[in-house]
Amino acid sequence: MGVEGIGARVVRKEDKRFITGKGRYVDDVKLTGMTHAHFIRSPHAHAKVKSIDPSAALKMPGVVAVLNGKQLVDDKVGNLICGWAITSKDGSPMKMGAWPAMAPETVRFVGQAVAVVIAESKNLARDAAEAVVVDYEELPAVADIRAAIKPGAPQLHPEAPGNVVYDWAIGDENAVKDAFSKAANVVKMELTNNRLVPNAMEPRAAIADYDAAEEHFTLYTTSQNPHVARLVLSAFYNIAPEHKLRVIAPDVGGGFGSKIFIYPEEMVALWASKKVGRPVKWTGDRTEAFLTDAHGRDHVSTAEMAFDKDNKILGLRVKTYANFGAYMSLFSSSVPTYLYATLLSGQYIIPAIYAEVMGVYTNTTPVDAYRGAGRPEASYLLERLMETAARQLKVDPTELRRKNFITQFPHQTPVIMAYDTGDFVASLDAAMKAIDYAGFAGRKAKAKAEGKLRGIGVSCYIEACGIAPSKAVGSLGAGVGLWESAEVRVNPVGTIEILTGSHSHGQGHETTFCQLVAERLGVPISQVSIVHGDTDKVQFGMGTYGSRSAAVGLTAILKAMEKMEAKARKIAAHALEASEADIVIENGEFKVTGTDKAIALPMVALAAYTAHNLPEGMEPGLKESAFYDPTNFTFPAGAYICELEVDPGTGKTTFVNFVAVDDFGRMINPMIVEGQVHGGLAQGIGQALLEHAVYDGSGQPVTASFMDYTMPRADDLPSFKIDHTTTLCPGNPLGIKGCGEAGAIGASAAVINAITDAIGNNRLEMPATPDRVWHAIHGQAA
Amino acid sequence: MYQTTYHRASSVDEAASLFAKGKEAKYLAGGHTLIPVMKQRLAAPSDVIDLARIKELVGIEASADTLTIKAATAHSDVATSDAVKKAIPALAHLASQIGDPAVRYRGTIGGSLANNDPAADYPAAVLATGATIKTNKRSIAADDFFKGLFTTALEDGEIITAVLFPVTAKAGYAKFPHPASRFALTGVFVARTKSGDVRVAATGASQNGVMRVAALEQALKANWSAAAIDGVNISANGLLNDIHGSSDYRANLIKVMAQRAVVAAG
Repeated sequence: MGVEGIGARVVRKEDKRFITGKGRYVDDVKLTGMTHAHFIRSPHAHAKVKSIDPSAALKMPGVVAVLNGKQLVDDKVGNLICGWAITSKDGSPMKMGAWPAMAPETVRFVGQAVAVVIAESKNLARDAAEAVVVDYEELPAVADIRAAIKPGAPQLHPEAPGNVVYDWAIGDENAVKDAFSKAANVVKMELTNNRLVPNAMEPRAAIADYDAAEEHFTLYTTSQNPHVARLVLSAFYNIAPEHKLRVIAPDVGGGFGSKIFIYPEEMVALWASKKVGRPVKWTGDRTEAFLTDAHGRDHVSTAEMAFDKDNKILGLRVKTYANFGAYMSLFSSSVPTYLYATLLSGQYIIPAIYAEVMGVYTNTTPVDAYRGAGRPEASYLLERLMETAARQLKVDPTELRRKNFITQFPHQTPVIMAYDTGDFVASLDAAMKAIDYAGFAGRKAKAKAEGKLRGIGVSCYIEACGIAPSKAVGSLGAGVGLWESAEVRVNPVGTIEILTGSHSHGQGHETTFCQLVAERLGVPISQVSIVHGDTDKVQFGMGTYGSRSAAVGLTAILKAMEKMEAKARKIAAHALEASEADIVIENGEFKVTGTDKAIALPMVALAAYTAHNLPEGMEPGLKESAFYDPTNFTFPAGAYICELEVDPGTGKTTFVNFVAVDDFGRMINPMIVEGQVHGGLAQGIGQALLEHAVYDGSGQPVTASFMDYTMPRADDLPSFKIDHTTTLCPGNPLGIKGCGEAGAIGASAAVINAITDAIGNNRLEMPATPDRVWHAIHGQAA
Repeated sequence: MYQTTYHRASSVDEAASLFAKGKEAKYLAGGHTLIPVMKQRLAAPSDVIDLARIKELVGIEASADTLTIKAATAHSDVATSDAVKKAIPALAHLASQIGDPAVRYRGTIGGSLANNDPAADYPAAVLATGATIKTNKRSIAADDFFKGLFTTALEDGEIITAVLFPVTAKAGYAKFPHPASRFALTGVFVARTKSGDVRVAATGASQNGVMRVAALEQALKANWSAAAIDGVNISANGLLNDIHGSSDYRANLIKVMAQRAVVAAG
């Protein structure tokens, strides 16, 4: 592999600029003549906008314009779209209310924009915003899923009666009914998957720059997928045609899904820039992030599992209510359906599964994909169910899992997914060994003697990522294909630029993608640059989410590399007067195998560009591109085991040990993979113990700052023990599965299983705050 | 943040006179409450008068019976002071548990007391030890100083200059941090005076801010031990109730933290 090739723990190239404060984020961009936008947002969860009076604000110093939602309608700017069509069980399409970028008539969640002030500075815009008089007529609001679907509940959208977006199902209802009728034992439980706020370190931001002479827009934005942003802005929002819109997503400080979506602020900035004839900048603050970044999770479910007398699973029945918030965000519809229910088979042979999902509108911030997106919800439900079943059936939870593990591959589940490969026994064995599972009983007894309640919890997750085969997702309702593209440019002096449609916002692509080039050509990664995040530079791309950049994006680069190498071999063979079949690439040289004849890559590149002596009929240049469409999802899987202690006096949880054994297939840079696992685990543990976006009954957010919303901190987390088992993914040539979301998918069930084991009460919801745990210890649900 | 005029006072008298001249002036000490509130545009003082650089307001002095901490002394200085560790070690421990290192380097005891956040740590120590708050106008007993949420006996423009802590025979502080803010979800300071009196104060728990806990004081006066508290019933009435701590949970924490504070006090 070489010191910088595949599998090497290469230090991240991009960190020099990040840790020395030289990263270039959207807010660092300053354009000549730039104005600043401040949005006026609804303080109400549900209200009619009766009037907006900007007259006092317009007289204030530095105010350029005050624009509102009616003007957006007048200018025929499109409503926000949801890009994945879901069909209800009765065959009807999902029912969506309109989402204008600024509300012309009705606001439906706290923080929804009704107007924007454009001024010479951010502070002047803020000052003027306070002088804009908005007259609201408050309407009854509903924030809770269960309350929203009750008869007589406040109604959000006339298009969606009863606040129901869709009532969808997957699987075979009759087969499940049959399975339950034959069951020796049934395990049933209710589960809540708590709502989370993504909280990327960098808040969202946008700068729009309209060039009137060229009728051309440039948008700098905090995006995980700038090409998708351009596509959606052009195709649906009537702002600019694609060739007149350049989208640049420079350094982006974390996304976790929340920066996939095209948000109202970006649309308004573009539109406003043309209206005022100057660049318009908006940088959100943390409060705006809490109020307007798409939230994650928020499910209420009932789950039942049927077992035969030998504790083999016969069937699974799930009913889930998913809270979508006030509007359908870009990919929201797919999250609790095709990214959730399709994973309900987990690592187990489950002959029959039937899952119903009802998507519900409430007067809350829209909910969409957040690290894991559907898969953490599925994994949490299934793994809590397995642990609960083991307790009810009085068998060891690891034994119950083993008995039901899928061991033959490929395996077709009853819910679409066809698992290609895996070794679930191997990862569970490794995790049990690492945590000394066999010695737990002794440790528990010792802890008890010291007045502590010790528990152990297991979570065996599987997920589907590397999304996704375009034809497959198209057949399921997706509005886009999920391939990736790449271009390899070997410059005349032999340096290499890789243009990719993947977007790095913390993942380390500038290092890992170079490692593939180093592996294949034997050149140092310092000779390679990764170009991404600019629609004018990169041909096209679908961006980064769903743990797809290595499995899909890097494979596209590999394909482009292969094309480039094939041409370079021809040039080398021609120059060395050898047969093309005899050319091998080593240490940056093209060699004639078995001889000392060689030509260095820069000389091959130079030959390609001088074109003085190329093989007959060959085009000059050394630049190739490729598109790669995956053949299947990839299926990372693993076993997480958590050991912890609960203080019975306070209900406070303290970790003793946390073991994560993952199977990610081939790893390009194990150090970066470990970092991804650490981050994912932190978010999974954060969901289990700390994080919760809470609304009161009137739809007011209770946790809209870090004073109330508990972000995980270093001292909340254990020192993780991480290991890997490997089965190579057969679906892509590098054998990669994807590692970005696993930690967030597998961790939360392990934590709750361990706490409920410690306290001897299974009735516990996330986040397991000390208050809730203390109540659970004392036999009351909090 | 709205526009404001910043003044750096060099003496208490100058600060008071600047305050009197200001239309809606505010004193700035560590700034950990005022500055965020100003940034959120929830406060708009015409003048901000910085007390943190006034030399006469910084320092720690100890005599056999009294520990004097001047008002602009930073939490980190209290936490690491040998004089504090010798006189009332629980007070040094309390200061070491406030916020994070950045907060402790800037935050001051006077600022904390004048603000009287219902979940701040220092009010528990001041009330439990029966300390005296000295201002530029008078001395105020701890029992008369705290008047409810963010409310104190301080008059408009009055400046805390020092806090006089009676040196305790025994004292302990145990805090259960709020998971998000790391303020005290509930913190309990127990103190036994040299004359044998016992005072217990809880912060973070009550709807009215820091409070003395009579039931615990009686139990501990009879028997200074954690076990003495086992049978005490703490009412949840009047306690805060929010997503991080229900009132019955806080009532439990008062008891459990008191027991841990007694153990820490020895």
